[in-house]
Amino acid sequence: MTTTTSRPATMSPARRQIAIRRRPSKHLKSVLMGLGGWLGSLLLFLPIAYMVLKSFQTEPDAAAAAPKLIFTPTMENYKGVFEAGFWPYAINSIIVVLVSTAVVIALAVPAAYALSIRPVAKSQDVLFFFISTKMMPIAAGIIPIYVIATALGVLNTLGILIVMHIGMNLPLAIWMIRSFMQEIPAEIMEAAAVDGASRWRGLRSIILPLVRPGLASTALLCGVFSWNEYFYALNLTNSTSTLPLFLQKFLSFGELYTAHVAAAATLLSIPVIIAGWIAQKSLVRGLLFGAVK
Amino acid sequence: MHIPPVSRRSAGKMLAVTAAGALLAGSFTACSTTGSGDAQGDVTINVALAANPQMKTAESLISDFEQKNPGIKVKFTTLPENDLRPTVTKDVATKAGQFDVAMMGSYEVPIWAKNNWILPLDNYAKNDPSWKQDDLLKPISDIVSANGKLYGAPFYGSSSFLFYRKDLAQKAGVTISQTPTWDEIAAAAAKMDDKSAGVSGICLRGLPGWGQNLASLTTVINTFGGRWFDENWQPQLTSPETKKAVQFYVDLLRQHGQPDAAKDGWEGCLQKMSQGTTAMWYDDTVFAGSVLGQATPAVKDNIGFAMAPTGPANIKSGWLWSWGLGITASSKHPDAAWKFISWVTSPDYIKLAGQKAGWDSIPPGSRKSTYDLPEYQKAASQYADLTLKSIQAANPTQPTAQKVPYTGVQYVQIPEFVDIGDFVSQQVAGAISGTQSVDEALQKSQDFAAKAVKTAGYLK
Amino acid sequence: MAKTITAPRPALLAPGLSRLERWKLRGPLLPALIFTILLTQFPFLLTLIYSVQNWNLLSAKPAVFNGGANFLDTFGDEVFWRSIGNTGLMTGVSTVACIVVGLGLALLLNHKFPGRGIARTLAITPFFVMPVAVTLFWRSAMFDPGFGLFGWFSRLLGLPAVNWLSEYPLAALIILLTWRFTPFALLILIAGLQSAPQEQLEAARVDGAGPLRQFGSILVPHLRPYIELTALLLAMNLVQTFGEIALLTAGGPAFGTTNITYYIYLKGFNSFDLGTASAFGVVALVITIALVLPALRLLSGIFQKEGRR
Repeated sequence: MTTTTSRPATMSPARRQIAIRRRPSKHLKSVLMGLGGWLGSLLLFLPIAYMVLKSFQTEPDAAAAAPKLIFTPTMENYKGVFEAGFWPYAINSIIVVLVSTAVVIALAVPAAYALSIRPVAKSQDVLFFFISTKMMPIAAGIIPIYVIATALGVLNTLGILIVMHIGMNLPLAIWMIRSFMQEIPAEIMEAAAVDGASRWRGLRSIILPLVRPGLASTALLCGVFSWNEYFYALNLTNSTSTLPLFLQKFLSFGELYTAHVAAAATLLSIPVIIAGWIAQKSLVRGLLFGAVK
Repeated sequence: MHIPPVSRRSAGKMLAVTAAGALLAGSFTACSTTGSGDAQGDVTINVALAANPQMKTAESLISDFEQKNPGIKVKFTTLPENDLRPTVTKDVATKAGQFDVAMMGSYEVPIWAKNNWILPLDNYAKNDPSWKQDDLLKPISDIVSANGKLYGAPFYGSSSFLFYRKDLAQKAGVTISQTPTWDEIAAAAAKMDDKSAGVSGICLRGLPGWGQNLASLTTVINTFGGRWFDENWQPQLTSPETKKAVQFYVDLLRQHGQPDAAKDGWEGCLQKMSQGTTAMWYDDTVFAGSVLGQATPAVKDNIGFAMAPTGPANIKSGWLWSWGLGITASSKHPDAAWKFISWVTSPDYIKLAGQKAGWDSIPPGSRKSTYDLPEYQKAASQYADLTLKSIQAANPTQPTAQKVPYTGVQYVQIPEFVDIGDFVSQQVAGAISGTQSVDEALQKSQDFAAKAVKTAGYLK
Repeated sequence: MAKTITAPRPALLAPGLSRLERWKLRGPLLPALIFTILLTQFPFLLTLIYSVQNWNLLSAKPAVFNGGANFLDTFGDEVFWRSIGNTGLMTGVSTVACIVVGLGLALLLNHKFPGRGIARTLAITPFFVMPVAVTLFWRSAMFDPGFGLFGWFSRLLGLPAVNWLSEYPLAALIILLTWRFTPFALLILIAGLQSAPQEQLEAARVDGAGPLRQFGSILVPHLRPYIELTALLLAMNLVQTFGEIALLTAGGPAFGTTNITYYIYLKGFNSFDLGTASAFGVVALVITIALVLPALRLLSGIFQKEGRR
């Protein structure tokens, strides 16, 4: 980004003097900023910490009027989660996330590549078409999808969930991958693209290695969305379903459920949280969509 | 868009070719669970159940069935009531065939039977003498039948009554009679309400849903002399009697009910009763066993029961409900499905559940023989008789003081009621939460109901 | 659609390629494009067909053409318009709240302090936890007036516990959504701050400009595209809110938290009035497009202004 600075970059000695004299108050300010930063971050994190805490309490402890900080921890809730039939749902979730994300990447890479080398006059329109599908109300399409799925006999299968998750994540993936490809200098892009015969080899051997971190963060985000998806799971599946539906089991029976839900929620979120922590930096770059640099 | 117009059927095929063929033909079949018979002649039947405490017990005892019926595997889908209805209705209505056995409420049975979505069970019952059809309680087997044919095998039957804490009543100096009036209950709620101790005077359903707050409320409307429709299907939701009843319910809940009432269904109240945070609770008789089973020790020994409270019209106001099991018309294994139904609704199962899981967790209210079991009599001495009495007192063919063109105590037995009831229940929840007045809520409800019955052709 | 958007950058490849050559270049795009069209445009076409039929699953009658009756019902349905309003309110307020909170925290986290990396990592965590799971947790452990954290905090201050889900359900929902999506805004806005023109800021500081003026005259113009992008991405996600409503309030009380997604779901899969539910879908889509087109222009504005490469 080219900036038109109105001031010379170097400061006159006099100004530098002022800057130095201000330091003590600046130090106080930065301490306050640091405290504020910590406070804000902890406030956002508090419900999660509270959730983890409750997951180790007994149900009556978890439903006590004042939050109990001192208690005898129990693993019963975690045991309860596994006894409630956790694994079939977890395996389904893993299959859906892996397959749908793999297909999304496989479809999005060539599409993003094609859009980066601009074969169509209106490639920008195509891009906006993709993103516009993300803004349609999902409920507007669910009835025909249910009817078609019934006609094909694919209700309550992982297949239908996988297809829907691909549709859900594809636009985002194309945008993100394209933005990573745009960071590649034009000369490299051209060298890889112009020579017709070796174009695919160019993509594989030159472009892909360059955008690999970007692909990873794209896949991560798609995986997170797929792992957390509830609407399609609720409407298109029941017994063969993913983890968000598994959680409903704790709602019923009129028993206390806070601690159980806390345990399940903690367990289900750990893989995603860790992945998110690791990939936070490259995630941002992708999300900026190459729109702003 | 340049997609040529296509018929629904060929449209489906088109998508089949592209989506299934090109992409994931493998995973569709690999992950499909619709249990069709495999080479060994093994059969898997899919059963949809409401997630109520008694069904949880049934799920845990399934190995007994699979032992007795080698070759039949049972796969359960247990869903909260609010999700079960849509899920199963969707399935039977579109003949998707995911379920062989569906649990349905007494409200659904006549509607589904009329649409031929479920099979009549009389022949299965006749050929299965050990199931003992004669043993079923008559009021219950009546509401899971249509046109004189049995369509649902009652898993449990129930009415509604009052739960209360004897110790708290004593402490507050109130006595709850066996046949209380709503006025007495309101006065008792005021005395037992103890906000500083975190105990509310009463817990009533406030959550929107025709099967949630509207069930309790409709019985109150009935016994206050109100009704849903007059004989010409003119809605009566703004009649003085109905208004009085709804105002009473809302006031009681707002003044002495549980906090944040509009979020609680029976699940929330069951939690509160068993945790000792409410002094009374008006709800389904079936939860008597659940409360005693889950209650903290201090609460457990102090729970008393009374008949459903009555209002100015003095109509016996307990409701009548049954969760029945039916065989879907789309089932490929109706015989295996019956075997499961027969097992889980038999007198033997009730005994098994009592022995294995405790007598509090058996499905009650379906069979006379249950109430002759000495063990059950002993365990349920406090509420068994009252349950039977309540079931027998309910009159679904004449639930109100004045004549009505519909049947059903806590609901109106027409297909449109889901729509009407859900709308009204939302408005009532609005009144309970205080975002609108009772009059406002009822006026909106009256208009909606009038439009709905007119569109459906009841109201000329 | 979006015909006004034109490419700001000249084509990378020289013009004058043969037809075959062009199709070869377009080829890789086609699978994704066809898939997306089939999965989004095609069902919508069916929705259009259903929307002019009298089709109720419970009546067991075959669907018949009924002209515009469903649309008349839709326009006359007070709850439908309320749900549109709720959608707008929920999306709008949550988006603004996320950006305000996210920006505030981003400004703090943009300063170096001990453990900044850890603080930031903690702050973004809510975005990754499973929405259904945390919604259930918030329903009881946070919002419950009896044993929830908010109720406890109110009592600590000597105030009565708030009946969040009965009396302020929309506010409760917005609090939950804001908590969940603030980290998302935070991630993008931190990146925006880190690319702020440091020399300008330093110069302004030396010039004696207060933090407020620095913020107003340098940071805000710089951050504008980042904020617009964040708003767009947030709105895109928030407009689809479903699970939070279904599990927190069931759309109530008095449809006070029913958004358009949830209302279509109720009409279609609870009342089984598939015809009217489809008409809802069509009208909602038309409204969305009317709102989305300006948003897309905004996005294309972000692209053009940057004039990439």
